[in-house]
Amino acid sequence: MDQLFFAAEVFLNGLMTGVMYSLVALGFVLIFKASGVFNYAQGVLALFAALTLVGIQQGQVPFAHLINAIFGTHVESFGWTLPSIAAIALTVLVMIGLAILIETLVLKHLVGQEPIILFMATIGLAYFLEGLGDVMWGADIKTLDVGLPQGISDSVEAVTAEWFGYGFFIDRLDIWATMIAALLVAALVAFSQYTKQGRAMRAVADDHQAALSVGISLRFIWIMVWSIAGFVALVAGIMWGTKSGVQFSLSLIALKALPVLMLGGFTSIPGAIVGGLIIGVGEKLFEFWVGPLVGGATENWFAYVLALLFLVFRPQGLFGEKIIERV
Amino acid sequence: MSEAAVLDAAIVDTRPVLMDLKNITLRFGGVEAIKNISFDIREGEIRAIIGPNGAGKSSMLNVISGFYIPQEGEVWFRGEKRGPMKPYQVARLGIARTFQNIALFEGMSVLDNIMTGRLNRMKAGFLSQAIWWGAAEREEIENRAAVERIIDFLEIQNIRKTPVGRLPYGLKKRVELARALAAEPQLLLLDEPMAGMNVEEKEDMSRFILDVNDEFGTTIALIEHDMGVVMDLSDRVVVMDYGRKIGDGTPAEVRASQAVIDAYLGVAHD
Repeated sequence: MDQLFFAAEVFLNGLMTGVMYSLVALGFVLIFKASGVFNYAQGVLALFAALTLVGIQQGQVPFAHLINAIFGTHVESFGWTLPSIAAIALTVLVMIGLAILIETLVLKHLVGQEPIILFMATIGLAYFLEGLGDVMWGADIKTLDVGLPQGISDSVEAVTAEWFGYGFFIDRLDIWATMIAALLVAALVAFSQYTKQGRAMRAVADDHQAALSVGISLRFIWIMVWSIAGFVALVAGIMWGTKSGVQFSLSLIALKALPVLMLGGFTSIPGAIVGGLIIGVGEKLFEFWVGPLVGGATENWFAYVLALLFLVFRPQGLFGEKIIERV
Repeated sequence: MSEAAVLDAAIVDTRPVLMDLKNITLRFGGVEAIKNISFDIREGEIRAIIGPNGAGKSSMLNVISGFYIPQEGEVWFRGEKRGPMKPYQVARLGIARTFQNIALFEGMSVLDNIMTGRLNRMKAGFLSQAIWWGAAEREEIENRAAVERIIDFLEIQNIRKTPVGRLPYGLKKRVELARALAAEPQLLLLDEPMAGMNVEEKEDMSRFILDVNDEFGTTIALIEHDMGVVMDLSDRVVVMDYGRKIGDGTPAEVRASQAVIDAYLGVAHD
C-alpha cells in the first residue's frame, strides 16, 4: 500500500516539475505563435530576468567588475535591498526595454527573411544575452528570495497522513508555482483569443504582408510579444531561481522545453502545459519504476526519447496545427 | 506622348478627386519601375490600371498602399499631401487592398480573417476585451454584425468557420476581398482580383466588384489582365507600358488609342 502511495507522491511531484517545464515552454510557444520564430534565447531570457531581479533587489551595481577593472574603483553595491514587488516591477521594465532593443537592433532588419535566418539570429541573441548577464551581474551563483513559501508543506503532510495514513511530501513552492502558472496561462489564453491585440498577434504570425495591409504595426506587435515572453521568462526565472539558485545552468532548462514542445506542438498554449505535465510525470514515474532496473539517471534522457517517438509518429505534436498542404 | 495628352484632356468628370498621384517615379537601384506618372482616382469610380507584364502596375498599387515609397512625386489623398508612410498607417487612413498572390492568414478561420479587417475599428481597452465586458462586448457584437453582412454579401456563409488554408483558390480570393471590405475602406485596391480564375469565378467576382461599388459607394482601383473584364467594369482606365503612362481615359477612348493598341493590345479588339 505504501508503495502505491509513494507512486502517487512521485506522480504529484512529477506534475509540479511539469508545471516548471511548461512555464519555460510557454515562452517559446508565445513567440513562435506570434512571429513564426523559434526563439532559442528563451531559456537565456529566463536566466537574464532572474539575474536582473536578484541584482536589482540586492542593489548590485550593474557592470561592477567592468567598471572596477577600467577605473580602478571598488563599487559593488548601491547598499539597498528593495522590496520584492518593487524589484519585480523594475525587472519587468527592464524586460520591456530589452524587447524594444531586440526589435530595433535585430528583428526590424530581418523582416520577411526565412524562419531559419531568424532562428539563427535568436541563437546569436542567446549567446549575447548570456555574456551580457555575466558581465552585468557576475557569474556567481545567487540565491533568489522574493518571499515565495518554500520547504515541505506541513499541512499537506498532516492532512494526507490523517486520511491515508501516509504523509505526502510536497514542496510549498511547487504548489505556488502551479497556481501562478495556471493564472498566467488563463490570462494569456484570454489575451490571445479575445483581445484585438491578441488577434493582431495571431495575424502577424501568419502573414506579415497581410497583417500590414489591415493596418497592424509589426513593430508594435513584436515589441509586445517579446515583452510578454520576457515576462513569462521572468516568472519561470523566479520559480527555477527560488528552487535551485540563480546560476548559468538555468539556461539549460530551455533544453527540457524542447521535448515539451515536440509533445505539445509548437503553436499551442494548452499543448505546452499538457506537454510539460506529461514530461514531468513521465520522467519521474519512469525513474521510479524503470530507473532501478537500468541503474537510474533516466530523467536525463527520458524526455528526449519520448520526443523522438513523437517526431516519428506525430510530428505536429498533440495539439499542434495540422500541417495542411494543397497541391 | 501627345496621344496621352489628348486623352487626358478628353476626360470630363465632375466627381471630386479622392486620390491624386503627381509625377510619381519609383526606382529599384538603377531600374526605373515607374517613370514620372500622374493620374487621379475620383470618388466612387472604378479605376483600372492595365498594361503588359512588367509595366509597373503592381508597383503603382504598392506605391498607393504604402508598401513602396516613391523617390519622386507626391501622393495626395482626400486633398491632403501624404508624407512617407508605413503600409499599416496607410491602411488606417482608409485604404484597403488585396494581393496578386493572396495574403490571407492561412491558419485562421474565414471569420477570424475577416475580423482582422476591423482591428482598427476596435477601441476598447484590452483588459475589458480579455474579460469580455462593457465597451468591448458591445464593440465585438457590432463588428461581428458588420462582418456577417459582408459574409452574406459575398455569399460565403457556408465556409465561415473553415480554416482558410483548406479553401480553393477562387474562394480565397473572395475571402481576401471580404477582409478588405470589412475595414469599410474609402479606397479599395485590388491587385489582379481575377487572376487564375475560371470563367464562372470571374463572372462572380466581376458582379461582386460592381455590387461593392454600387451599394457601398466604395472607390475601387484595380489591376487586371483580362481586357474584356476591364472594359466591362471600369469607368476609366490607365494604361502603362515599361513604367510609363501611355493612355488614360474611358474604356472606349483607351481602346481607340493607337499608342495603346501598339503597345498592349497588338491588334484592335472590339
